[in-house]
Amino acid sequence: MAQPSASVHAATTAPHEGQQHPIRVYLVVWGWLFVLSLFSYLVDYFHLQGALRWGLILLFMMLKAGLIVAIFMHMAWERLALAYAILLPPLLVLVFAALMLFESDYTLFMRQAFLGPQGG
Amino acid sequence: MDTAPLHAPTVARPAGWRGVVADWSSDQRSFKGASWGKTMMWIFLLSDTFIFGCFLLSYMTVRASTTVPWPNPSEVFALEVAGTNFPLLLIAIMTFVLISSSGTMAMAVNYAYRRDRVRTTALMLLTALFGATFVGMQAFEWSKLIHEGVRPWENPWGAAQFGAAFFTITGFHGTHVTIGVIMLLIVARKVWRGDLEAERPGGLTGRRGRYEMVEIAGLYWHFVDLVWVFIFALFYLW
Repeated sequence: MAQPSASVHAATTAPHEGQQHPIRVYLVVWGWLFVLSLFSYLVDYFHLQGALRWGLILLFMMLKAGLIVAIFMHMAWERLALAYAILLPPLLVLVFAALMLFESDYTLFMRQAFLGPQGG
Repeated sequence: MDTAPLHAPTVARPAGWRGVVADWSSDQRSFKGASWGKTMMWIFLLSDTFIFGCFLLSYMTVRASTTVPWPNPSEVFALEVAGTNFPLLLIAIMTFVLISSSGTMAMAVNYAYRRDRVRTTALMLLTALFGATFVGMQAFEWSKLIHEGVRPWENPWGAAQFGAAFFTITGFHGTHVTIGVIMLLIVARKVWRGDLEAERPGGLTGRRGRYEMVEIAGLYWHFVDLVWVFIFALFYLW
């Protein structure tokens, strides 16, 4: 997350001014969120399959999430200490996801081995 | 207390990694420039992230471990308009409605800091209206699926776990949206009456009103939109 250093200092030197940015920034982000959502919808509409489908879905998802957090929620203008405290812990969910993928692979294997195609 | 100034607000603090270390190793408060109201909302949202993260993980686990094919969301959530079947049409409309509500909320926060009471109230009410529309469409979607025989333990199209994942994830998200709409209406009323302008104490906590409350309410609202981004991608599109 690149942070313009000028606004970092502004955030600490004037803590009571609140977040003040031109309306145009929000309208541009709003427009991009619309475009990215449309793209994700088109991925489904055109029945893209396989790695291309999953890659595009995840890409558009992360771009949208990044725009919302950085601009709408003003994280880009907060101090890095807050940004890291909030944004790094959710990455642990990915570790959890990896663990559960192993677990579900094992469950699937056991079901196929012992229950047949109709089991579970 | 939450609006207490920093020790030396005029001294520029270091940026980047040095700033992280300096902020965390300083006394009194680590999050310079963020009031504790805003910090606590962020920490609450972090905990909420873990809740929704666990829901999506459970969904991933049951979907990856079932031997029965998963129902195709593209067909399950298709909507027939004028004799043509549009895949995921309702979900796409819901997505655009929620994004629009985030846009109007961001602008409400902006006008709040400009102390423009009329525009702030109007934009917040519009945000709440979009939110209520979203919940209404979700209620329609739930009724449609329940009518078609989807239950948490079975459905006509495939893996039985589909219903449980669907009702849990969208149900919790819909609850968040509903709570958000109520919160928006309460804060909009405060803005309209001038409670924030006059720094009148609130009825619940007795703390003085300030325009930052609009931004904090906005943080929660954007988070609801953020969660939908992940649900839309991982549950509806996957």
